[in-house]
Amino acid sequence: MSKYNTHLLVCAGTGCHSSESNLVYEMLRDEVMRKGLDKTVQIIRTGCFGFCEKGPILKILPDNTFYTQVKPTDAREIIDEHVIKGRKVTRLLYADPETNSPILNSTQMSFYKKQLRVALRNCGAIDPENIDESIARDAYQALGKVLLEYTPQETIDVIKQSGLRGRGGAGFSTGLKWELTARNESTQKYVVCNADEGDPGAFMDRSILEGDPHVILEAMAICGFCIGANKGLIYIRAEYPMAIKRLKIAISQAKEYGLMGERIFDSDFSFDITLKYGAGAFVCGEETALIHSMEGKRGEPSNKPPYPAQSGYLGKPTCVNNVETFANVPVIILKGADWFSSIGTAKSKGTKVFALAGKINNVGLIEVPMGTTLREIIYEIGGGIKNGKKFKAVQTGGPSGGCLTEKHLDTPIDYESLAAAGSMMGSGGMIVLDEDDCMVSVAKFYLDFIVEESCGKCVPCRIGNKRLYETLDRITVGKGKPEDIEKLKNLCSVIKDTSLCGLGQTSPNPVLSTLNNFMEEYHEHVYEKKCRSGKCRSLLYYVISEEECIGCMACKRVCPTHAISGEKKEVHQINQEICIKCGACMEKCQFDAIHLQNDYPKVTAII
Amino acid sequence: MSQKLNIAPEVFAYMEHVTGTDGVAVRVNLSKEKIEKINQICNSFNNDAGELINVLHETQHAFGYLPAEVQDVIAHNLHLSVAQVYAVVTFYSFFSMIPKGEHPISICTGTACYVRGAEKVLEEFKKELQLKVGETSADGKFSINCLRCVGACGLAPVVLVGEKVYGRVSPDGVKAIIGEYKK
Repeated sequence: MSKYNTHLLVCAGTGCHSSESNLVYEMLRDEVMRKGLDKTVQIIRTGCFGFCEKGPILKILPDNTFYTQVKPTDAREIIDEHVIKGRKVTRLLYADPETNSPILNSTQMSFYKKQLRVALRNCGAIDPENIDESIARDAYQALGKVLLEYTPQETIDVIKQSGLRGRGGAGFSTGLKWELTARNESTQKYVVCNADEGDPGAFMDRSILEGDPHVILEAMAICGFCIGANKGLIYIRAEYPMAIKRLKIAISQAKEYGLMGERIFDSDFSFDITLKYGAGAFVCGEETALIHSMEGKRGEPSNKPPYPAQSGYLGKPTCVNNVETFANVPVIILKGADWFSSIGTAKSKGTKVFALAGKINNVGLIEVPMGTTLREIIYEIGGGIKNGKKFKAVQTGGPSGGCLTEKHLDTPIDYESLAAAGSMMGSGGMIVLDEDDCMVSVAKFYLDFIVEESCGKCVPCRIGNKRLYETLDRITVGKGKPEDIEKLKNLCSVIKDTSLCGLGQTSPNPVLSTLNNFMEEYHEHVYEKKCRSGKCRSLLYYVISEEECIGCMACKRVCPTHAISGEKKEVHQINQEICIKCGACMEKCQFDAIHLQNDYPKVTAII
Repeated sequence: MSQKLNIAPEVFAYMEHVTGTDGVAVRVNLSKEKIEKINQICNSFNNDAGELINVLHETQHAFGYLPAEVQDVIAHNLHLSVAQVYAVVTFYSFFSMIPKGEHPISICTGTACYVRGAEKVLEEFKKELQLKVGETSADGKFSINCLRCVGACGLAPVVLVGEKVYGRVSPDGVKAIIGEYKK
């Protein structure tokens, strides 16, 4: 076996892949072959490094060099300079945004300093298509340990003591869920991995599946051992072709090694995993809906009880856990419940992966201990707000969550604090909004999503959310009435109280939390017909500047509704009551005399 | 769904292929090859009704879309009513009963892309191609669809044409993207 002294890790996550990281990989490989270095230099494609903003990423070990935005044409220089001559290619190094000086060692990057990677520990470190690399990083060791040393109940106790809670939404105790499923007697039980990551703007599950598929297979087998199931199913979005491909490879490699299939580690335990594909329905993240979808039916939720632990897939006891939850299991077994529960806050243990996106400098995937403050996440790890704008809010928990504002910046983030602030952990999407975002429009955006994704089974969700959307739409086009705000509040509470499943019960959250935190913006839209961010086009007003208008009549002639008045060589006026905001006048004016403003103009037409 | 169609005599000859256990032939206006292909897909999943979604995935992959006639054949093979198949096809956004364009354009309207201006990009595509979301152009070249998050949030706003990803798309860049495929 050849001994490598240099390792080039090329990110092959979806983000970097989209910016041609595969070409970077091929060029580097060709260059290494050409220089005859293939015995000493190893090039692998890894999962996501999390630093998606500056992809494609190339990391070089052992010296932790972190190159960003690498182009295929940079390959030769990297091999010649860095690998052969040992000189770093400074122009490709990540530069500290404050000092602008290049950072030589990735551990010094503020993006990574505050992070603690547990669930993502192997993402970006191994080749996900090679089981040997996973095994070198302890894959399947935890499975071996429980099969040979523990009873199912002892294993469940470890998970319970660790305090691990479901990472997909509500945060139910994982150990307890396993115990409940284990207690139900049945000849056939199922372990289901929920990889139907539907929250727009969250992509941690996909990154884990793409970067470290074996950890999920191993954790599912451990769960199967605990609850007495020998069949596992992964319900994965069809929109994740790369994750599907890597899972398939991982399953077949694990079978080949005897780590999956009949009598694993020569024990009496057999376990097999198959894939089931989603087909694009957000509601399928709800466990009963997911189970119906796996059975080949419409993904509609059903009443609980019975819980899946009693009657799930094909009517058998089923344990459904999310990808990130599973990713924590093997490391808890290996390092112990005490180690895990020493991280985090009183009621929320361990770490949480967040997908940072929106108006933030470092878009990407991060993992921090529970209890990290929003300020640390946004300003230290995230590098602050894009283009030096002012922070306004961060939306967490996707369409089921709410927004946190400036006053929450120093709150330690965990399940309880997010719920107290009117939001939720959800899957961990964090969308950062700045002063240019209109909070009413953001609420409308989420409602639009919910209206499209509501399965239609129960009335409050199907019709209530539609009415919520219409009311919000009215407000954003300047037709809001004072009573609309009260109506929104009432409707929200009815939908919350009476919807069948988690989707409907949480769907009014974006409205409620923006009402709570940004009531003044709703008031401005309704009473002053003003949108301070300028996002709502209908609430922008075309005005003619007295200084710049020379009275050429060009705009008057082009106006389709004859809203412009004024004689030749006199300053023109726009009648706001008639103006339809088509913008034709502004396009026509050669003197830049027509502007958009977000305050209703005091003087209208003088005729 | 299974309407009375004007069926060519040669199609009648293949009716046996889609005769269900109830002995009633379905009236389908599909060529023998297509029916065989569907039968083959259904067989590969043991004609198991629980595998309906996987069957639909494979069939859509083979034909590009799932017209009513195709659903008829699937329903028969899996011993489901046509309504059950139709219910599933229309429930999931991934399945389509309209053929997509030769160059399907998908605009990501996930939250990250939304806050970075995906709406304006979508408007520009609609204006430029004179199409609504979900429509296919008359010449069959382009179709517009929205999708929720491809996970390339660092490149927001993101547009996909077929499999190719375009990142950081601005409304001004829309014409150039369409131009690449307009030859």
